[in-house]
Amino acid sequence: MADHGHTETLDLRVQFDTAEQQKDCSTLGMWIFLITEIMFFGGMFACYSVYRQWYPEIFAICSTSLNAPLGAANTCILLFSSFTMVMAVRAGQLGRSRAIAGWLIATLIFGTAFLGVKAVEWNEKFVEHHIPGATFHFAELSAGQQGPAQIFFSLYFAMTGLHALHMVVGAGMLIWLLMEARKMTYSAKYYTPVDVGGLYWHFVDVIWIFLFPLLYLIDRHMKG
Amino acid sequence: MQHTEEREHYLNASHGLKSWLLTKDHKRIGLLYLFTITLFFFIGGAFATLIRIELLTPQGDLVSNDTYNKLFTMHAVAMIFFFMIPSIPAVLGNFFLPIMIGARDLAFPRINLLSWYLLVAGGAFALFAMIAGGVDTGWTFYTPYSTTYSNGWVIATALGIFVAGFSSILTGLNFIVTVHRMRAPGMTWFRMPLFVWANYATSLIQILGTPVLAVTIVLLFVERVFHLGIFDPARGGDPVLFQHLFWFYSHPAVYIMILPAMGVISELISTFSRKPVFGYGFVAFSSVAIAVLGFLVWGHHLFVSTQSAFAGLVFSFLSYFVAIPSAIKVFNWTATLYKGSISYDTPMLYAFGFIGLFTVGGLTGLFLAALGLDIHVTDTYFVVAHFHYVMVGGTIMAFLGGMHFWWPKITGRMYPEGWAKLSALVVFLGFNLTFFPQFILGYLGMPRRYHAYPEEFQVLNVLSTAGASVLAVGYLMPMVYFIWSLKYGAVAGANPWGATGLEWRTASPPPVHNFEETPIVTHEAYDYSTVHGEEIQVG
Amino acid sequence: MGKLHLFPEQASTLAPEVDHLLYFLVAVTVFFSLLIFFAIFFFAIKYRRRSAGELPHVQHTGYTLEILWSVIPFGITMVMFTWGAAVFFNAARPPKDAIQIYAVGKQWMWKLEHMEGLREINELHIPVGRAVRLTMTSEDVIHSFFVPAFRTKQDVVPGKYSTVWFQPTKTGKYHLFCAEYCGSRHSGMIGWVYVMEPQDYENWLSGGAGEGSLAQNGQKLFESLACNNCHKSDHSGRCPSLEGVYNSNVKLASGATVKADEAYIRESILNPEAKIVAGYEPVMPTFQGLVTEDQVLQLIEYVRSIGPKTPAGAAPTSPAPAEKQASPGSVPAKR
Repeated sequence: MADHGHTETLDLRVQFDTAEQQKDCSTLGMWIFLITEIMFFGGMFACYSVYRQWYPEIFAICSTSLNAPLGAANTCILLFSSFTMVMAVRAGQLGRSRAIAGWLIATLIFGTAFLGVKAVEWNEKFVEHHIPGATFHFAELSAGQQGPAQIFFSLYFAMTGLHALHMVVGAGMLIWLLMEARKMTYSAKYYTPVDVGGLYWHFVDVIWIFLFPLLYLIDRHMKG
Repeated sequence: MQHTEEREHYLNASHGLKSWLLTKDHKRIGLLYLFTITLFFFIGGAFATLIRIELLTPQGDLVSNDTYNKLFTMHAVAMIFFFMIPSIPAVLGNFFLPIMIGARDLAFPRINLLSWYLLVAGGAFALFAMIAGGVDTGWTFYTPYSTTYSNGWVIATALGIFVAGFSSILTGLNFIVTVHRMRAPGMTWFRMPLFVWANYATSLIQILGTPVLAVTIVLLFVERVFHLGIFDPARGGDPVLFQHLFWFYSHPAVYIMILPAMGVISELISTFSRKPVFGYGFVAFSSVAIAVLGFLVWGHHLFVSTQSAFAGLVFSFLSYFVAIPSAIKVFNWTATLYKGSISYDTPMLYAFGFIGLFTVGGLTGLFLAALGLDIHVTDTYFVVAHFHYVMVGGTIMAFLGGMHFWWPKITGRMYPEGWAKLSALVVFLGFNLTFFPQFILGYLGMPRRYHAYPEEFQVLNVLSTAGASVLAVGYLMPMVYFIWSLKYGAVAGANPWGATGLEWRTASPPPVHNFEETPIVTHEAYDYSTVHGEEIQVG
Repeated sequence: MGKLHLFPEQASTLAPEVDHLLYFLVAVTVFFSLLIFFAIFFFAIKYRRRSAGELPHVQHTGYTLEILWSVIPFGITMVMFTWGAAVFFNAARPPKDAIQIYAVGKQWMWKLEHMEGLREINELHIPVGRAVRLTMTSEDVIHSFFVPAFRTKQDVVPGKYSTVWFQPTKTGKYHLFCAEYCGSRHSGMIGWVYVMEPQDYENWLSGGAGEGSLAQNGQKLFESLACNNCHKSDHSGRCPSLEGVYNSNVKLASGATVKADEAYIRESILNPEAKIVAGYEPVMPTFQGLVTEDQVLQLIEYVRSIGPKTPAGAAPTSPAPAEKQASPGSVPAKR
């Protein structure tokens, strides 16, 4: 079997000519994947834009009922997690496997905290009867406004739910990277999975940076 | 004992089911796809057969109306998502794109295999839905019918399409990275075969458009299952918003289906005229132009949907724009023939058929883009005729042409030329008899998706069904003789057609890693002087 | 098997316009198709391969040809666009004196309601030579009102109103189809449009009064639902008077101004908080779930009938047989 002068290694798989080519391809591939994710979330952002333009006051009132302090805390948590992720990548560049593992654990902790806060928020919504469907009732709005309020909360749950799903997948990815780091798979020569994993994690963070003001902060500056 | 069996190549290098199901070889993966899409072609074809038989009579007397509604839905779902969209990119693109640019494989072989498994998984969901009772929403899943009223297996089918969508996305991602980063030394962008350009442009659409379909399906899912009412008019939602989201993907999707076909035609016209494609640069750029412009026209599916008149104007205008790059290709192909050296091998016959049928199909798209005319013909058989002309008369002809063209390279065997020419003719005649009457039916006013119809439409429907039976024969013939050729066909050499392109420089079938040595490219694309006389030095 | 039809009848003022556009498109299609077919046919024969080793001389591609065959088709398509847009605008703008009729699509039938109170199911009787404007909605899923002989089509969507208009030019009966897939009996949601001589139409109208005009029924609803407790015509109620409101410009509390058309009136009934009139409090309760789409149409007709006296809002076009009490033994309303 033709092996083209090199046996396959992690950083130089058989289809590539140089390790640099492989790293280039992996990075480009992840960026393209993230573009598809932008289009994926984009569909929901488009729905949000249409309905916010149709029902601006109702959206504002519903938005105010969301727990902004918790949302802000979550934003900070995710920003910190992106920091720890960057540090993990840095550790990768320096070839320090134990540091990679440590920083990945920190990122995981922040990510889990985010999901925990999210669970608390969702529970709050459940208790307040803000989950769309038969039990929905938004006290501060009249009967005729319940419909569009349901649309706001439908979008809220769909968008934060989709985001949370991506966080869970991200957490799974972090665990896998962690296991590989502990097996000393990575080195200064080859830490690409950590690198592209970091790209994914940052992306999930950026999506939240958009979700937070769009969902939580509509007209909040105008409320007393 | 055949000569080829002594030499190792991608087919005999390893044996056993596991070596196929766990392969990372893009060539084997292409064949896995061929198997899957052929299966779904037959499933979709079976539904079409039942539809056409039912439409022989004005009354709905073969099947119940609910069954009929499931038939046309499942025909379209099977054909579009599990046959048409994968067909050329995942079979011929997978097989040949790396070889054409001088690479050993795609950038991500394991993701390539995953893509196939995703198609199979999605297909399994869809097949389950079909067997368990079917879905009757139409492949377009318009709300509120699909979210609130339909009793069919909407979710299972939608999930199947969702999963298959990721197959499409990952293939597109793989192709883009491969073309950007894995071209052999000397293979500049403008030396690449036009088939590669076509698949590249298709991949752009796949990665940008398919995710929007995915999220649309997610929204459909949450509305139907969790009763979150994003499209529910009773709660202030807009059912037409669904249509916007749906068509934002589904219009570019039709360009996913036609662009690779156009890429095949460029290869066929060039090879069988023994001349470079006229206006190479224009044809290459027109592929990218179609990909980009294709994202700007989705509203032409919504002209009578209560979309605003202003939006209608904009979308009508842009729809005419997107026609121009296609016209440029047709003119360039025709000009390629001028002063060429033309042979009438089967692939060329399919190419001629494509150009004729695509011209008619594409021009009838202009009817639909005209606002005043679309009001009358939208949602009628005119639209059905239009899209079958471009997708069946276009893409499937190109797919068959490509399969004949590359069959010797893929299998090391030639198909029987006489039978192949005959089946090309049968397909062409059967196709026109099936679908041309539908233009007339549509203008007369026969709506789409009708189980029963007024008597005065019967003669045209009977003609259409007669054509369909001829077409079916035309499609069955290659199945038979391709399989026959695997054992009994003449052994093919490396370059039976005298074609350019790196795939013709390597053996038939190719070795596992495509080339014994990485090629170094020194000639322009379609340089036939390198095929005749001197042997090109590889490596 | 029946007669072989190859072209639909022209039965409206729009039909010849659409057909002329069709002829133009067919001509262009035939021209370019034949051009390509003959070029291919001709080249394929003239330049057929004559010897195995033949190698054609490669000519250099120039920009002239490319530009020519891009610009000329583009010019032709712009003609198509402009012409299509012109026809579309005619199709989208009903004349001011059009007869108003309401249509409600539901699985799987068309309900047509004349202002005079006559209701039809899957049939529409209209006079020849008069413009007819249909205001339509759906009770359930999306349907589409399609009359091939008129060359008109318009989707009907739940939750909103859509309009279509046509002026028939020939008496006769013409197919009515539902053209948007809507479930089991989509292909059964069909009927007939009967175009009658004006006198015959008058006779038909007067034959079926029975239940009172849409506006009269709307007035009864207005009273039975206690709308008149607030919407007093002397402006003394807590709510704006509705006299003369129809199609006027209404100033809202938000500062915006809207036209009080059918959609606005419907929204005001079903979702009154959406637009509050300037100077009034948001006290109107919603009637969502308390009135059907048919009843909403009746209320709209009532509001129109007390609106400004424009030709579209004037008393029914027929001499008012509907205004009379139905005499005992009269022919019951057409069903």
